[in-house]
Amino acid sequence: MGKPKLAFFDFTGCEGCQIEFTNLGPEVILELLEHVDIVEFREAMTETTTERIDIALVEGSFTREKDRERLQDIRARSRIVIAYGACACTGGINALRNHQDDYHEYVYGEDARMPHLQSGPALPISAAIKVDYFAHGCPASKDELVRILSSLLHNDTPFVPSYPVCVECKRLGTVCRFDEGDYCMGMVARAGCGAPCPALGIPCEACRGFVDEPNLRSLETVLMERAGFSQERAVGKSRMFTANLRS
Amino acid sequence: MLQNVDIDIHHLTRVEGHGNIVVNVSNGTIETCEWQVPENPRFFEAMVRGRHYSEVARITSRICGICAVGHTLASVTATEAALGIEVTPQTRALRTILKHAENFDSHTVHVHVLVAPDLFGAPSIFPLIPTHGEVVVRALRLKRMSHEWGSLIGGRTTHPVTVVPGGFTSLPSARDLKAMRDRLIEAVPDLEGTAETILSVADKLPAFDRPTEYMAVHEDGQYGLFAGSVETILADGDRARYDIKDYLDITNEFMVPQSTAKHTKNRLGSYAAGALARFNVNYDQLHPEAKRIAEKLGLAPICTNPYMNSVAQVVECVHAVYESVRLIDELLEVGIVEEGLVQPTRFASGISAVEVPRGILYHEYSYDDDGLCTEANCIIPTNQNHGNIQADFDELLPQLIAAGASEDEMALKLSMLVRAYDPCISCSTHYLDVSFVR
Repeated sequence: MGKPKLAFFDFTGCEGCQIEFTNLGPEVILELLEHVDIVEFREAMTETTTERIDIALVEGSFTREKDRERLQDIRARSRIVIAYGACACTGGINALRNHQDDYHEYVYGEDARMPHLQSGPALPISAAIKVDYFAHGCPASKDELVRILSSLLHNDTPFVPSYPVCVECKRLGTVCRFDEGDYCMGMVARAGCGAPCPALGIPCEACRGFVDEPNLRSLETVLMERAGFSQERAVGKSRMFTANLRS
Repeated sequence: MLQNVDIDIHHLTRVEGHGNIVVNVSNGTIETCEWQVPENPRFFEAMVRGRHYSEVARITSRICGICAVGHTLASVTATEAALGIEVTPQTRALRTILKHAENFDSHTVHVHVLVAPDLFGAPSIFPLIPTHGEVVVRALRLKRMSHEWGSLIGGRTTHPVTVVPGGFTSLPSARDLKAMRDRLIEAVPDLEGTAETILSVADKLPAFDRPTEYMAVHEDGQYGLFAGSVETILADGDRARYDIKDYLDITNEFMVPQSTAKHTKNRLGSYAAGALARFNVNYDQLHPEAKRIAEKLGLAPICTNPYMNSVAQVVECVHAVYESVRLIDELLEVGIVEEGLVQPTRFASGISAVEVPRGILYHEYSYDDDGLCTEANCIIPTNQNHGNIQADFDELLPQLIAAGASEDEMALKLSMLVRAYDPCISCSTHYLDVSFVR
């Protein structure tokens, strides 16, 4: 039996999660290649495959109906589908437009109705196909990706936390952003990244999405009461990477 | 000589984003010869409206995963211009080192992973592991180093963390900067090796010259990275200088049917931006070691062969290393000082122009009195190159047909041409038609 086949696919997004993979360095990448064959990776390879894939890493949001067929084809050929990065997991930053109704006109002016510029709401790929695992984050953590792949190669179930980022800040001993006069969304944001942003002095923007049962009403209240946000800004802020996860 | 050609490359590989090459020649007549951009539109300018100035760069960084540092720097410097913020010399120096790291990082991926396989006759870098293992390992080692180089200052390279309007939220320690300085010096032999590798396959770079207008940011004090002004040079050496506040006139965006990205033009029907354009415009300000590598690689200004863009990238990598070492030495001599963020003095409009790996990136924003963004515009370098790629196609295809090239050779040469520009297509698929009130 050959090595498991791994493939990367991209939809609407910045392709930064694929770039993160290239940042792993020679030791990790060459070791990984001892255990898998990369059979498709358009950003880095001309080779493609029509054969069965063991693990498909799908990056980017589902924004055009015509992408549904390509997603379904990937699903049909793949044993495991991983939504790779925030755009694929939740719609990510692309979903910021989902609560606007004039984005075509604002960006494309009088050309806005040209047919090739049409693009609907930005949705997670799970709106089109079944997803087996999620590699959250913007960008997806390259170290977490290695952990997920390692678990799968060992026939184990990857662990993705559903506790909030606050837990990881406490572990690191990072001073709370609110105590620094800032704001933060870490109390409802899904952990697993290691909370690098608050440690470097900026708020958590919940790029990994929310914990399983976030108290969003309370999030808005805290943003208003502790960070002095207007209600409008509190509502908008809590949509940063998570517009599809809110009403 | 082929009378009938049918090339349809859907989603060209080894480029960032999605583009197609379509060629149709029927009975010796060229019916179609197009570089098409079908990338999904992204709508970032619409999405930043209503966002606080502290959040805008965090959103626009997500335009591109490769030049995220460039988008972040263009965004914060435009915001700072709008808010009347003058950053400290330390901030400027650290941002310049970060910019060098990004150019090095992106160029390294482009030269090794996207371009080199064509020169070695391989479909990707992976089949080269058994045959040219040392080249692959060197590429991955340089990529990792530049990721750490940028991360030391920006927190990470794909969507940096610490770079905000007014300065940095977290500073590298003197010890870490010193260690990075030493690693940069240690990387010099790898760069020499890269130059040797390119020299060994230099005959695979097509000889194709098409003079165009070359456009780059120009600074008096250094090889242009941050505006400054914008300069262009023609093949005969004729120069023109522009103020960045006139960027909409310089870039002249217009819509074409085969593309979700706009094309641009200035003095001629199209212009080139990126490493080769910078090399042609700002050659005199390159570090002497970079000039030495350029000479070794047979690159001299004014070079009109677009395939040489990848060679200009190697030259810029050498420049980036030596300039960063110099800047780190200067910083360490004074010592790293904890500084608070410089605060806004007004809320108005501001423009920036930053040299990112593929050329000039313009951002412009307006803010209301609450510091919320009311208008935004981003003009992307790849956008500026689409028209020039098409103009190259229009000249190259008849040459290839006349030279009796096979269909496969044509497809390869056209693909290599697009790759030479290092297009970053997911960036480029948006533009804006608004009138800023200044």
